[in-house]
Amino acid sequence: MSEAVYPESEVFHTEDMTISVGPQHPSTHGVLRFVVRTDGEVISEALPDVGYLHRSIEKIGEKCTYHGYVPYTDRADYLAAMFANQGFCMAAEKLGATEVTRRGEFCRVIACELNRIASHLISVGTFGQDIGAITPFLHALRERETINDLMEEICGARLTYNYIRIGGVGYDITPQTCDKILVFLDHFDPIIDEYNRLLSYNKIYIERLANVAAITKEDALQYNLVGPNLRASGVKWDIRRDIPYSVYPELEFEVPVGHGEKGTLGDCYDRYWVRIQELQESSKILRQCLKMMPKGPAISKVPRKFKPPAGEVYVRVEAPRGDMGYYVVSDGTEYAYRVRIRTGSFTAMAIIDKLSRGIMVADLIALIASLDVDAPEIDR
Amino acid sequence: MKQFVDSLIQQGYFSGVPTQIVYAIAMIVAALVVLSVFVAPLAGVTSWLERRVWARMQSRVGPNRVGPQGVLQWLADGIKNLLKEDLIPSAADKLLFPLAPYIVFIGFLCTFVVIPFGGHLIVADLNIGILYLLAVTSIVVVGILMAGWSSNNKWSLLGGMRSAAQIVSYEIPAGLAVLTIIFVAGTMSTQGIIKNQGWAPWDWYLFYNPFTFIAFFLYFTAALAEGNRTPFDIPEAESELVAGYVTEYSGMRFLFFFFAEWGNLYVIGAVATVLFLGGWQVPAVGGGFIEGALQFMVFFVKAYLWVFVAMWVRATLPRVRVDQLMALCWKYMVPLSFLCVIGTAAWMVVFPHGSRWASFAMFGLGVLILVLFVRRLQYQIRNAKPELYLRPYI
Amino acid sequence: MQAQEIYNKIEKQFPGKVGLFRGDVFDPHLNVDAGAIVDVCRYLRDDAETAFEVLSDLTAIDWTKKDDEKIQVVYHLFSYAKRHQIVLKVDLPREAPRIATVEGIWKAANWFEREVFDLFGVDFAGHSDLRRIMLPEDWVGHPLRKDYVEQEEYDGISTQRAPLVDKLLK
Repeated sequence: MSEAVYPESEVFHTEDMTISVGPQHPSTHGVLRFVVRTDGEVISEALPDVGYLHRSIEKIGEKCTYHGYVPYTDRADYLAAMFANQGFCMAAEKLGATEVTRRGEFCRVIACELNRIASHLISVGTFGQDIGAITPFLHALRERETINDLMEEICGARLTYNYIRIGGVGYDITPQTCDKILVFLDHFDPIIDEYNRLLSYNKIYIERLANVAAITKEDALQYNLVGPNLRASGVKWDIRRDIPYSVYPELEFEVPVGHGEKGTLGDCYDRYWVRIQELQESSKILRQCLKMMPKGPAISKVPRKFKPPAGEVYVRVEAPRGDMGYYVVSDGTEYAYRVRIRTGSFTAMAIIDKLSRGIMVADLIALIASLDVDAPEIDR
Repeated sequence: MKQFVDSLIQQGYFSGVPTQIVYAIAMIVAALVVLSVFVAPLAGVTSWLERRVWARMQSRVGPNRVGPQGVLQWLADGIKNLLKEDLIPSAADKLLFPLAPYIVFIGFLCTFVVIPFGGHLIVADLNIGILYLLAVTSIVVVGILMAGWSSNNKWSLLGGMRSAAQIVSYEIPAGLAVLTIIFVAGTMSTQGIIKNQGWAPWDWYLFYNPFTFIAFFLYFTAALAEGNRTPFDIPEAESELVAGYVTEYSGMRFLFFFFAEWGNLYVIGAVATVLFLGGWQVPAVGGGFIEGALQFMVFFVKAYLWVFVAMWVRATLPRVRVDQLMALCWKYMVPLSFLCVIGTAAWMVVFPHGSRWASFAMFGLGVLILVLFVRRLQYQIRNAKPELYLRPYI
Repeated sequence: MQAQEIYNKIEKQFPGKVGLFRGDVFDPHLNVDAGAIVDVCRYLRDDAETAFEVLSDLTAIDWTKKDDEKIQVVYHLFSYAKRHQIVLKVDLPREAPRIATVEGIWKAANWFEREVFDLFGVDFAGHSDLRRIMLPEDWVGHPLRKDYVEQEEYDGISTQRAPLVDKLLK
């Protein structure tokens, strides 16, 4: 670096600093680690290091029966366990040609969309917290607490639900619970405006997020970003709309995409804003579902010994962190031969290495928060 | 204070003792009294109040177990931290690491020398009061930098560097904002500045002219930045730098930093009150104890109002990035504060004795801003939703 | 595009390199010769009709049937523009499986391949950063292989847990 004319000792000597961010760092949601090389505050390289939460859920899948594996899928992404349940059950149903009852499908959608709201609330709240605003986080958790109560009423669990089973759902949603969900939605819709007034339109917040770590559409496709991160980059793609499953084709909802609301397309603010809009869409879906709920059994007759014929299937579900893919290979026995869970956070993590070059330490935190990565989902 | 000791000496209480030693002992006693009677409970109660105010704003409860409404929580925390092991990392600088909290604490504590509590209640009415205040608050940055460097931790170092850059930068707008008031008042003594103002709001320097009005907001913002408060809390930004310069500290040493921070909140409010808000000025009620008590109350309420505002700001705003922080200071606040200085100087040439009408007009503007703010607040409160309780498990 | 058409297209472009097409399953798949995977993938991405701009998933399966021992690397390709998908499969020997990386075609392959390397021991030739991703660097074995046996201890910590029942019965 130094000029040849000066002797080494007289040149003002600078050195890069290598910092280990995590695994116990306040803003690495869960346990992640980044080895960051910085020039002062400016990052020249950030290498993600994952695997601290690896629980070999895929290997467990080979040792469990299909029914027995459903509770394990919860742990793949404990912030949105319902979707992990649904993905696996859909894969098993497709393999085993099992019908799902119509009421079961509605119960699934209701539970899933409630879970999506809960997951996005965490995402939005922790985003604010990482930027330094602590109040929105607690307000978001307060609402999530109500959803947890509702979930407890629906399926008896607050975090890892094990609600969606092969052929339907474990327990029917009672009319009383439906009423409560409606009460909650009436309460929740104005709260989104409150978040906007408190956080989204805050000048400092916008300054911190706009134009930071913008992901172009090409990069998003190259790195296989999914879900809200992909939509924020301007790709209008939602599995619920484009590869419809369950009863989503009958429901009306918008697919929010990023427009470069306050800065460039695909920046942190767009990713945040897409999530806020999805809260509204989920609420809309829930209201429709509650109206359309048909009568009937919640689960169809599924043999206890569930033995799908040999074959393989790849099923996609639109989870809060994007396209959750279940690749299940059956060899005709009670046990799956291979279960592969492909999650949104895993690919989202891979892009951090590229985006982190040249941004500041504070921006790295914003970037991690905006991608809404979730350690259990990365490591599985 | 000095008069009081002088009178004691003249009455022959300390015959045979050199007067210098009497003064020194008197100063130490005064410092201890201020520290134990006022500063320690103040910082402690501020810490409790901050947690309660935050909790209220974040729709949770906050500490409410120790004493009525948890008001003694700070004592419990203090005892807990005293009992903790005093950890010094093996790679830390053995001399500077333990020393840093006390430097920070001294820098904060020395400000109480010139901060008045009432018309006659002041430790020392220095004729360079405000200058002294700016000087001793700068000691804090030395302590923070020492803490950051001696911890031998990269997060601490980053925090210390950020803090140094931030405090040094924001000294300038703060100092210039203070300078406008020194212009107008013609004195640097804190009591002198207060005496030049009146009890009525339009007699305050806040409304003296448009430039002092701006200077007030400049001062308050810069003071928040100097005190490492949100939205300028980047040196200890817990989501970025773990805990900044206090990362390696534990127990009582850790507490000293926060002692200084919470106490500093009051200092910010008190200085703003001295300079802009008429200090302890009250309508004449005939002197004596009642007036003294009233003066103390008025000053305390005015100062504490800004402590509350700082808490409120902290609960509401996100944190700025380090480059935005510097840009805000050097691009906007420094030029604006120079404008205030020059504007006030020009104003004093045009209106050597001040303009009564300008004061009334500025007061009107201030009231208007306050009314708009309160209405905005009412709107927010009307639209805020309380927690929904659905009575689970029917 | 239908899967059959995609297959015909590849077949025409790379005769003899692809085969075993199954179009009657849930996700139509075809086998690709290990040496041709990069070319096939690049062709599928760049061709205007197929336009597979996304690598949805890359994983592997360990087949341990008596006469059919292989590690099968599975590529799930997807196209947002054309809304079609295809599954490519590459059979590799169980001993020292080795295949060229597709990192140069889809950046997402970087981490997927690291994961497959970690859990199956497939060596991706030409990969820029082939390290273990889930497990520690000094871990022995590849857990998702069917014949995987956990190492007895790691870093001096036993990985074996004595059954609790036996302890109680003692």
